[in-house]
Amino acid sequence: MTRIFLAICLITSVFFSFACVQKGGDANSTGATGDTIKVGVYGDLTGQTSSFGQSTKNGVQLAVDEINAAGGVNGKKITLVVEDDQGRPEQAKTVISKLINQDKVQAVLGEVASSNSLAAAPVAQEAHIPMITPSSTNPKVTEVGDYISRVCFIDPFQGSVMAKFAANTLKAKTAAIIGDVQSDYSKGLTEFFTQEFTKQGGKIVAEQKYAQTDPDFKAQLTAIRNSNPDVIYIPGYYGQVAIIAKQARELGMNMPLLGGDGWDSPELWKLGGDALKNAYISNHYSAENPAPEIQNFVKNYQAKFGVVPDSLAALAYDAAKVLADAIKRAGGTDSAKLKEAINQTKDFAGVTGRITLDGSRNAVKPAVVLELNPSASKFNYKETIYPEGMTPPATTGSTNTNSNSNMNSTAATNTNTNAVTSNANATK
Amino acid sequence: MDTFVQQLINGLTIGSIYALIALGYTMVYGILRLINFAHGDIYMVGAYAGFILATSLGFAQNPSVFGFIVTLIGSMVIAAAIGMAIERFAYRPVRRYSKMTTLITAIGMSLLIEYLFVFIFGGTPKPFPQLLPNENIRLFGEATISTSQILIFVVSILLMVLLQWIIYKTKIGKAMRAVSFNLNSAKLMGINTDFVIAFTFALGSALAAAGGVLTAQYNPKIEPLMGIITGLKAFVAAVLGGIGNIPGAVLGGLLIGAAETLVVGYGQYVGIPSTYRDAVAFAILILVLLIRPAGLLGSNVQEKV
Repeated sequence: MTRIFLAICLITSVFFSFACVQKGGDANSTGATGDTIKVGVYGDLTGQTSSFGQSTKNGVQLAVDEINAAGGVNGKKITLVVEDDQGRPEQAKTVISKLINQDKVQAVLGEVASSNSLAAAPVAQEAHIPMITPSSTNPKVTEVGDYISRVCFIDPFQGSVMAKFAANTLKAKTAAIIGDVQSDYSKGLTEFFTQEFTKQGGKIVAEQKYAQTDPDFKAQLTAIRNSNPDVIYIPGYYGQVAIIAKQARELGMNMPLLGGDGWDSPELWKLGGDALKNAYISNHYSAENPAPEIQNFVKNYQAKFGVVPDSLAALAYDAAKVLADAIKRAGGTDSAKLKEAINQTKDFAGVTGRITLDGSRNAVKPAVVLELNPSASKFNYKETIYPEGMTPPATTGSTNTNSNSNMNSTAATNTNTNAVTSNANATK
Repeated sequence: MDTFVQQLINGLTIGSIYALIALGYTMVYGILRLINFAHGDIYMVGAYAGFILATSLGFAQNPSVFGFIVTLIGSMVIAAAIGMAIERFAYRPVRRYSKMTTLITAIGMSLLIEYLFVFIFGGTPKPFPQLLPNENIRLFGEATISTSQILIFVVSILLMVLLQWIIYKTKIGKAMRAVSFNLNSAKLMGINTDFVIAFTFALGSALAAAGGVLTAQYNPKIEPLMGIITGLKAFVAAVLGGIGNIPGAVLGGLLIGAAETLVVGYGQYVGIPSTYRDAVAFAILILVLLIRPAGLLGSNVQEKV
């Protein structure tokens, strides 16, 4: 008798938890009718990198709220359907199928991690549903097909930015790399950093890999310590890099640590603390930029969610705005027309810079280098690096890029024009 | 030389953690012939229990030796209670069915704990508070050892000695040995086998929780799925040493820890990239099972039919 009772309890609780998940996922989609545009958002809301998914969701939410408050797009309101993929590629594929086939969304925004976007993109491509990834930087993501685009720069540029910065600003001659073996993002950055750093006359003296599940990273770090590099490049996600930084300092390795946008999370400070001194990352925007449209965004985001938006939130905000703009230009959500409109996005003024999609549906934008400031838990603006062929705007007059002369006096004298060789198409 | 010593220290640190967890696998197997797949998750539960204790009792703000000891013992007690509860409500009801039933229950239990914690705490890694000041002591050359590493060695050795004492010098230890020898005969001799089994689960879970808190001190990041790979490697350590054999579990744990660290440090010179860290543990397992099926210290007993 007790056994039956226990079994019933268990079954009910299982159903109950499903019910909760369902409810969370569909909360925003109720009442979707013919006069609304359904947009799917998917990301890691509960997994290892859940701060990425939460920021993305919030950024999109803010953009959509603003659009709807202003009367929607072509008179139609946008409704969001949010799905959680727990940061797992196979799950990303499942939830995007659900969004497209069950919820019948007209466009999809997501994912952050390139490995997850790569798993999901073929589903969108096959169903001919436009997908804009706000922040997946691996070049392979948009190579999946013409329905996949992004509003961020790609790893060949991001990796070369850090290599340039290491060689020119930090005057590093030797570098070591410790990368995440499971992530396409990390693999891409490792490759392009190596390429550019060698070209700049530097030498990669050690390369190590870690798995996200490794119980500690001291083995890899000890192996790197032997070669005594000037800088260590750590292309990874915040959960691991914070601990790597901590253990590197414990081993007496006090050289500068370099990273990418995967470090950008409020959680980073709690995990890494003081070990994050003397570290720099490449990123999409700086929340310190005094340009009014950026400060406006930061203020509205903070009012709504209580935290300073990280670059993932800013990119998600831009992605949603770009999508809305494309729907307006396409005159509706006919998928072929919408795809064309997205791909023709030109000079769109976003908070992360002017967005123009190139022939491979990648945004060509400058990157900022930020210095980590663990005592204030924030990123300090250091310099802006432009892709080759893009001229930095005049420092007078506020622009969307981060080269405002008021921001940082040293940055202004640096002229900020480290043009970086853009090998955007070299990875085919 | 100093690099080698450093790698050895790193390896033995993780090895000690594997050993602490492996003890739980091996004790439960010794008594019930059950591989308790939820054991790795108890290690995670222990780390979370420590996290909750340390933050709610205020030890996170003012680190002290007292705070650390309370957190360590508190989380061991909580994990012991959870281990006993799992045995009572999940394994005992199905114990009289086939071994396979219990095994599947254990796998289900493991998934239940993992995703219950994801549901409650979220999957994002949480920073574990520093309960004791962490300093680095220079041994010689560039070789250093941190206080959290010393702590892992000292506490795990103490716990292992304590375990030996419980098993060989106390009445309950004698009962445990009797049950592991033959459960039914032990029952006939008037031993309360249900109690002995529950006690074994409590003991194993407490050791795993200690491992969880010590790891969290060393690598201050906890997340709900941290027990999967670590638990699996501890299981390999238990099998490697000879499952059911307590010194074997310790030896196996230290060997696996040292082996994977040395692979990262020196594997590249012999053509094994550092990414093979995890694969090496399992490769060693396969090799040992081929050569000595009972494990390094396991006695080769013919299965009675």
